[in-house]
Amino acid sequence: MRRETRQELIRHLLLVGIGIFLIYPVCFMIFASLKDTNEIFTSTKLFPSIWHPENYSNGWKSGATGVVTYTNFFLNTFKLVIPVVVFTVISCSLAAYGFARFDFPMKKLLFPVLISTLMLPNTVIIIPRFMLFKNLGWLDSYLPFLVPAIFAVYPFFIFMIIQFLRGVPTSLDESAKIDGCTSLQTLVHILVPLLKPALFSAGLFQFLWTWNDFYNQFIFINSPKKFTLSLGLRLSIDASTEAVKWNEVMAMSVCSIIPLFILFFCAQKYFVEGIATSGLKG
Amino acid sequence: MIQKKYRSKHFVGLFYIAPWLIGFLIFQLYPFIASFYYSFTDYTLLSKPNFVGLQNYINLFTVDKQFLSTMKITGLYALLSVPLKLAFALFIATLLTAKIKGIGIYRSLYYLPSILGGSVAVSVLWRVMFMKDGMINHFIGLFGIGPVNWLTDPDLALVTLSLLQVWQFGSAMVIFLAALKGIPRELYEAAAIDGGGKWKQFAHITLPQISSVIFFNLVMQSIQALQNFTSAFVITGGGPMKKTYIIGMKLYDDAFRFYKVGYACAESWILFLVILALTVLVFRSSDAWVYYADEGGTK
Repeated sequence: MRRETRQELIRHLLLVGIGIFLIYPVCFMIFASLKDTNEIFTSTKLFPSIWHPENYSNGWKSGATGVVTYTNFFLNTFKLVIPVVVFTVISCSLAAYGFARFDFPMKKLLFPVLISTLMLPNTVIIIPRFMLFKNLGWLDSYLPFLVPAIFAVYPFFIFMIIQFLRGVPTSLDESAKIDGCTSLQTLVHILVPLLKPALFSAGLFQFLWTWNDFYNQFIFINSPKKFTLSLGLRLSIDASTEAVKWNEVMAMSVCSIIPLFILFFCAQKYFVEGIATSGLKG
Repeated sequence: MIQKKYRSKHFVGLFYIAPWLIGFLIFQLYPFIASFYYSFTDYTLLSKPNFVGLQNYINLFTVDKQFLSTMKITGLYALLSVPLKLAFALFIATLLTAKIKGIGIYRSLYYLPSILGGSVAVSVLWRVMFMKDGMINHFIGLFGIGPVNWLTDPDLALVTLSLLQVWQFGSAMVIFLAALKGIPRELYEAAAIDGGGKWKQFAHITLPQISSVIFFNLVMQSIQALQNFTSAFVITGGGPMKKTYIIGMKLYDDAFRFYKVGYACAESWILFLVILALTVLVFRSSDAWVYYADEGGTK
């Protein structure tokens, strides 16, 4: 017994030690955002010797050439991310419902197609996509993100919801049908309540990935007025006219990940379950 | 009657998948075919595409001195980051399978870097931390090491980028955790009776039991690493001396800065074929390695 408690203690110490080591960069970022730029690069201490909360207000106002501030970047990010998340969840659950519960012509062909698109790398399709969006006049707007979300071009989430649906007995659908529900009513009133955890996980991951995305936003959006946080931050470190104010950049970096923190601590269960059940990448 | 029922059933299923089908055709299949076609043309954004046969592919391997070195760097980046990431994820996952208090807190703590790691914010943080007079050099200076040129030493910059990949081990860890929980306890109990030590148990029970999951993680993480763009772009900008100029960056430059669309499409197809080969290869070879419970014998 004594040996076991000692083993457990060692395990705890190891886990806490590694944990501190891993989380330290985040702590460093938070305190660096309150330091003088000089101090970030000279001091070994975690805490600032003089606190500079004004880094936040100065950084916030900086934006691009005085026209745009982080208020714009934040609002733009929400304008992009929230509709994408909502559309993705709705369109992907419709597609998942179709695949999981119905027989239709060519299903034997289309389902493997869906699965193989899981492995289709973005890099191989992004160039013609750019040309397509250019010809449609969608560049420098959020349509390149919204329209694919409306049309469920996120096979990961369809697959994820199909996996959950497979665990829901079809007898529920059948009894709903006997009670006179149409197939859409069955989905909305019977299945959606049961699927809540799955839909929540899908929504969370889509939020996270769209929020963090830089590559696509960098390619499709080019006017600072429409910049999201990812693009705004990169603009802040790209200031070639004067030295980069790293303390203000750190402050804005902290701001840009606060929503992720909040989301994570409120809904960590869904993140973990979402990965475990569908094998999603994170 | 039966026919009518079937027909409506057919219609209903198609109705639900119709949005996906349209989206797939326009936003996935069409770009996929178009990129294949463009790769055989001299398409630039300014001129109409002319068919040039295999010229782009030939140029990639002969004229373009950068391409092969970029592919090597990209491969090295995956090779440096993925095995280390998986080893670390598995190590933490095995620590977390024991029955200890507060396991949920640890799991969340270790997953946090995966949530934040892909953001521009963290790439910026990495750049600040690894600068010559940054926090990492101050830290190792306490032990009398350094300072090290993490970002400007051509041999080291790629390692610095890989460390950011490794830091995001959380999702691999969660998948390992689920797999470890699925291993029947009797196997360990039997091994304990037979007098097998912890290491032997790990090598002879744990590893074979989760081999398919290791392969899954290996493929998915490699595919992800091969396509990286953000961290290289923000942290090193491809430098020093193009030693972190990974394929994602070269693709971006050729297509969107130099407008060599056909050429960039050829590059993207080489990358695609590498990813495809990797997927097929690893899934094939896994047949020989992966332990299947129903193949009998061991039960």
